[in-house]
This record gives sequence, C-alpha cells and structure tokens, in this order.
Amino acid sequence: MALLKVSNLEVSYGVIRAIKGISFEVNEGEIIALIGANGAGKTTILNTITGLVPAKSGTVEFDGKNITKTAAHKIVRMGMAHVPEGRRIFQNLTVYDNLKLGAFTRDDKKEFKENLERVYASFPRLEERKNQIAGTLSGGEQQMLAIGRGLMSNPKLMLLDEPSMGLSPIFVAEIFEIIQTINKNGTTVLLVEQNAKKSLSISNRAYVLETGKITIADTSENLMNNEAVKKAYLGED
Amino acid sequence: MQVFFNFVMDGLNLGSVYALVALGYSMVYGIAKMLNFAHGDIIMVGGYAIYVMFLQKDLGIAAAVVASVIVCSLLGIIIEFLAYRPLRNASPLSVLITAIGVSYLLQNIALLTFTSELKLISGFIKLPTFYVGPVRIDGVSILIWITTLAIMVALNYFIQNTKTGKAMLAVSEDRGAAQLMGIDVNKTITITFFIGSALAGLASVLYIAKYQKIEPYTGSVFGIKAFSAAVFGGIGSIPGVALGGILIGLIEALAIGYLPDTLRPASDGVAFAILIIMLVLKPSGILGKTKIEKV
Repeated sequence: MALLKVSNLEVSYGVIRAIKGISFEVNEGEIIALIGANGAGKTTILNTITGLVPAKSGTVEFDGKNITKTAAHKIVRMGMAHVPEGRRIFQNLTVYDNLKLGAFTRDDKKEFKENLERVYASFPRLEERKNQIAGTLSGGEQQMLAIGRGLMSNPKLMLLDEPSMGLSPIFVAEIFEIIQTINKNGTTVLLVEQNAKKSLSISNRAYVLETGKITIADTSENLMNNEAVKKAYLGED
Repeated sequence: MQVFFNFVMDGLNLGSVYALVALGYSMVYGIAKMLNFAHGDIIMVGGYAIYVMFLQKDLGIAAAVVASVIVCSLLGIIIEFLAYRPLRNASPLSVLITAIGVSYLLQNIALLTFTSELKLISGFIKLPTFYVGPVRIDGVSILIWITTLAIMVALNYFIQNTKTGKAMLAVSEDRGAAQLMGIDVNKTITITFFIGSALAGLASVLYIAKYQKIEPYTGSVFGIKAFSAAVFGGIGSIPGVALGGILIGLIEALAIGYLPDTLRPASDGVAFAILIIMLVLKPSGILGKTKIEKV
C-alpha cells in the first residue's frame, strides 16, 4: 500500500495555477525523486503535502488517512518530517535546541535520547557543535542540522527539499550518502532536487515535473537512459 | 543634592513600571510580530478592575490584585482571538490599524462605564517609608523594584528553559519552520498574549499603588511611553527593555524636576523626543541586535 498518495492535486497562488492536477505515490521503503527545473512547482508540492500551503482541489493521503486539510503542526505528529528548502534552521538557537525542537511532538524521554544518539552518530559534527549557535554553522553543517532535526521526530516519511542546494561537491556527496542511510534505517524518502543525476542515482522511482504537471514517471534506472531526460536534466547530448 | 536623589528615586519607580509595561509590548512584538497598541489600555482596564474590587466592593487588596491579573489576561486572550487572529496573514499595516482601533474601543468602553471623571484609589497598598541618609524611599518603590526584577528573571527563565518558551523562540524566528516541528503557532501566540496581558495586570497594580488614580486615557499615554522605552532599549531583548524603561523613567522624572515651570507640561514629550533621536541614531535600540534581513 502506498504510504503517501497524492491525487489530482491542484494548487493556486491567487490567479496563478502553480500545480495543475498531479498524482503520484510513494510506497513504504522507497526513495522517490521529484525532479524538475526551477519554478516547476516542486517546493509547492511538498509545502502542500505538509499543510503549509492549502490545496485548491485534489487529495493527499498519508498512511491511509486523508490529510489534505490537516494543519501543518498535526501532520508532523502523524510521522511525516519535512526538511524545507533553504534549511530554515533556527539561526539564533543552539544546535542542541534545534534538535530538541525537532522532537517537539515526542514526549518520550527515552525515545528522545535514542534519536539524539542516532543523529549524533550520523552527524558527529553536530555533536561536536551542540552548544554552538546554529546560525554560525557552515552551509553544509546547517543542512545536516536540518536533516538531523527532521529525524528527531522519528518519521515514517521524510520530505527533503533541495538538500544539495548551495553545497560544495564534497558535502553534496555526503548528504546523498546520508539520505541512503536514512532510507536503509527504515524511513521512506521523498526527495525534491535540481541535481537530477545524483537523485536518480539513489532513488527507486522518479517523477519529472514541468510547469506544474508531471510529464514523465518511471523507474530511476529507465529515466537515466531516457533521451528527453538526458537532454533536459542530465546535461548530456 | 537631596532633591536630586528624590527625583532619581521617583525616576527609578516610574522606570520600573515602564520596564514592566515595555516587557509586555516587547514579548508580543517579538513573538507575534505585531505592535499591540491596546497593551496600555489593557492596563487601564486592570486599573478599573482594582477600582471596582478595592473601592466599590471593598474586597481588599488581594482580591483586587487577583481580579486585575485575571481580567487583563482574559482580555488579552479575547482581543487576540477576535481582533488579531483573523489577520494572521494580513499586512502588518492592517494589524497595526486594528490594534489602534482596539485601543480606542477599550477607552470608549471605559468612558461609557466609568465616565471621564478621574477616580482616586487612595490607600490601595500602604507600606512604611525608609530613609537612607537624607534620601526618602517609600515601601511601594521597593515593592515595584522587586516585582519588576522578579518578573524579568522569571520570564527569562521561562523562555530559555521550558518547552513552551523554546516554542515561542521558534515561532518568533520562523513561523513556517516552527509549524514543521509540530508547534501550534496559534496556541503559542495565545500563550504569549496571555503572559503579556498578565504582566499588564501586574503593571496596573503597581501603577495604582504608585499614582492612586485612574481615568480612561491613563493606559494609552502611559503605554505609548513604555513602548518608546522598549524601542529605546531594544525591543525584543529583555535586558534592553529593562534598561530602556529605567532610563526613560529617570529622564522623565529629572525633566519634571528641573525643567522651568513654563516648560514642565512638555515633560510628557521627553520620552517621545528620545524615541525620535534613537530611531535616527540606532533604530535597533541600545541593546537591540541589528538584524540583517536575508533574502
């Protein structure tokens, strides 16, 4: 059964139709990539799924429940973590405080400790800097913190919005490795990326988004050999 | 010299009450990102709650204090729910105009209920007077200082060390990201208004203890001066707001004391003159952080 099922979703900003009726599914255990150019609507889709932006029509189902109209803060509690575009960590708070806020919906102290240990194990740098003000971290470290913060809610599904944006190639490689580890540890991943090559290389299936519509849906392996995708997104002739 | 010290004492008293009121402004501004211009008028309503409980019903000091805090807290929550919440995503200007409207509404309700007559509430809180050398310190002053200081320490602790406090900081910094953590932004803002308005309730207790009088416009002038103090010290920073309150109080008391008789009525304007100078020189206030807006 699909963990996340988006059906005929439409989103508008005023008179502008940003998402023009899209449907896709994310099954348990998968890494799904949503690729597309700037302005294709990738971020809008994630923001609509987590309730930050209201849907005009269509439905979003998560774990068998219709969450189309559910408030953003309630969706986290249901087991969905959203690592937003631009990281949006709390710049004025410490690394530890950021992680603690990530576990805001979790009241179990033992679970909090286990999650914290797991995050520190994946990101040793965050443990070294736990008392540092988050705004003073480097871009790559801030991205690690944003992902770590998302993991603190122990999610079934993690939505990642442009995790490689603005990072040096070394950090990009590291972030993609971490995403695979997160997935191996049992979290389903919906990844939104401009870096199509990297995201196709780690995902099971992918959807290509063009100006608010899904134009191609296939396994990532097939998409890497698809002529149109190669030409438009992989920088090959 | 003795006269000077008495002016300073008066300034410190006034300043401590300003600081407490400024703290209410600052909290709501910092977390809900809006200027609650009705904050001063909430204090005025608290003052009338004391008037009714202490003078009209003669129920004693404790009942009056409790009534003031409860009435102000509830009023703050109701105002937030009815007037500000529907404008959560509206432009800051609409919210500002609404806040000014709420301020006038409260003043006019007070006018209708209690008329414009100045009500004297003498003998509300009586405490013995001390002398340190030639300087006279009345007990109410000490009560004002201790209350203000205790509230600042408690509030700082609450914000820095509790889950709700951290949620407030998160909402203050990035509302969207706070929601993604599972924080209920509306609930957090309601709690902020609750605390800010409870502080207004305590401020009205201290105000009545010191000035022993109330009229419908008391809160508005006093509140705007306290707001000037908040901006002067650095709105958003608890120590900054405390410093701003004390300084504005001191300057105003010294101005009342030393301005020539003909200029004395202008002492009300001193706080605003300082506000204007500060906005020109350092808009973030004495201890406020200069914020660079990232795009």
